[in-house]
Amino acid sequence: MTESLFFFFASLTLLCAIMVVISKNPVFSVIFLILTFFTISAHYILLNAQFLAAVNIIVYAGAIMVLFLFVLMFINTGKNVEGTLKRNVLVKIAGTVAGGLLFTVVVAALKDVTLGNPDPATYDSQVGMVENLGKVLFTKYMLPFQLVAVLFLVSMVGAVMIGKRETGEQNF
Amino acid sequence: MDSVLLIYKGIYILAIFGISLLIATYSTYFERKIAAFIQDRVGPNRAGPMGLLQPLADAGKLFFKEEFIPAKANKMLFILGPGIAMLVAAMSSAVIPFGDTLIIGETSFDLIAIDVNIGILYIFGVVSLGVYGLMIGGWASNNKFSLLGAIRAASQNISYELAMGLSLIAVLMLSGSLSLKVIAEQQTGFNWNIWYQPLGFLIFLICAFAETNRTPFDLPESEAELIGGYHTEYSSMKLGMYLFAEYINIFVVSAVMSTLYFGAYNFPFMENLRNAFDDPVLGNNVVTIIGVAVMFAKIFAFIFFFMWVRWTLPRFRYDQLMKLGWNILIPLAILNILLTGGGILLYEYFTNG
Repeated sequence: MTESLFFFFASLTLLCAIMVVISKNPVFSVIFLILTFFTISAHYILLNAQFLAAVNIIVYAGAIMVLFLFVLMFINTGKNVEGTLKRNVLVKIAGTVAGGLLFTVVVAALKDVTLGNPDPATYDSQVGMVENLGKVLFTKYMLPFQLVAVLFLVSMVGAVMIGKRETGEQNF
Repeated sequence: MDSVLLIYKGIYILAIFGISLLIATYSTYFERKIAAFIQDRVGPNRAGPMGLLQPLADAGKLFFKEEFIPAKANKMLFILGPGIAMLVAAMSSAVIPFGDTLIIGETSFDLIAIDVNIGILYIFGVVSLGVYGLMIGGWASNNKFSLLGAIRAASQNISYELAMGLSLIAVLMLSGSLSLKVIAEQQTGFNWNIWYQPLGFLIFLICAFAETNRTPFDLPESEAELIGGYHTEYSSMKLGMYLFAEYINIFVVSAVMSTLYFGAYNFPFMENLRNAFDDPVLGNNVVTIIGVAVMFAKIFAFIFFFMWVRWTLPRFRYDQLMKLGWNILIPLAILNILLTGGGILLYEYFTNG
């Protein structure tokens, strides 16, 4: 049951991810990306990590992708953006080089990978539950957790500074 | 045994779905009746006794209206928009406990569709998806006014989601659980969260108004400035779906507020009533049934409050709306978290030594 569900969601994830890349309309790309997040959340639920699944939906599907849509709706007025990039050799070369480098990195990473082999006898299936996750975050990983919070604060201040309109004539 | 529970869950989910649709349908009727009462009119009184068949007449009218899709609109997304709005609205009532357990024979039935230990996060996630229905619909209309309405709606929802989430955190600090069932069980009798979280409740209430696009925060569909907001180009039942989704959202948000702050199905002296029966099973069932009635009474009270406010207060200006959300509600919510944390520490200090 779990295995067939996994293969179902995995193929769905791949399909949606491919559709993100090959969709002509950027708005459709965003919608497929949202669907991809949903299927990834389904994987989290299969792994018994409900908190991650919910947070993935809230943060990525619920907030970040809305901002993506925002930007797209403002800049894209239904015109085909692709036409401006077509037949530009430099773009094709850059794309090929970047894709090849990514492929190399993925192959290199997968070559040395060893699957963690948890012992079924001692493995705690509740490890992904909210309580356990919270305990680990606030005891074992306290410092990184706090540092991430500081990082977020810094980026927030930065965003406010960029968005703020300064007084004076030449600064607006 | 297992199959009995499975069939029960299926029937229960269908029943909740039906009830939320029914309540949403009759909310439209009561909204018009209450508006009429406040404005000293009669309200709908032609269709059926006291106008009770008015929602059916409205639905029939909407179905028979012309189905219009603007030229150059993105047809697929145009149809998808109201569908998403409706789907998301109907999904969110799944984790709300409408009552305690009913015991029939040897089996006890929980009156909750799915009891997940991330219940409130589930609602939060589903609510945050509600924006897509509006945005996709507004954008696909290929109309600047629709787009402006959609952008307004989305930015309003995102802004108020933050304050809503922060006000929730204080409740979660008190309860120590994300499961709505546990939160409801902790508020037995008259021990409701509202006594500990008055400020948090106020913030949550204001955000709930903004999230459901109700007056005084109904800027996404402000007729005077934006013609009709994101659903300018919609007609027939697609428009009906958008309006209907709003009423389902009001029902769900009322249920969430009753669960989080007003004790869900708990009512004063429920333990006395339970102990008054000699048979514990009978006592439990009687208390549960009264509890369901109490829960729905609370929900209806909140729905009435939504309507009362709509016909009493004028609309905010957009900059006032943003200022209220970002400059007042979010700092207040953070203050509320600090106060709650301090309160919990003090309580533990004085009770444990």
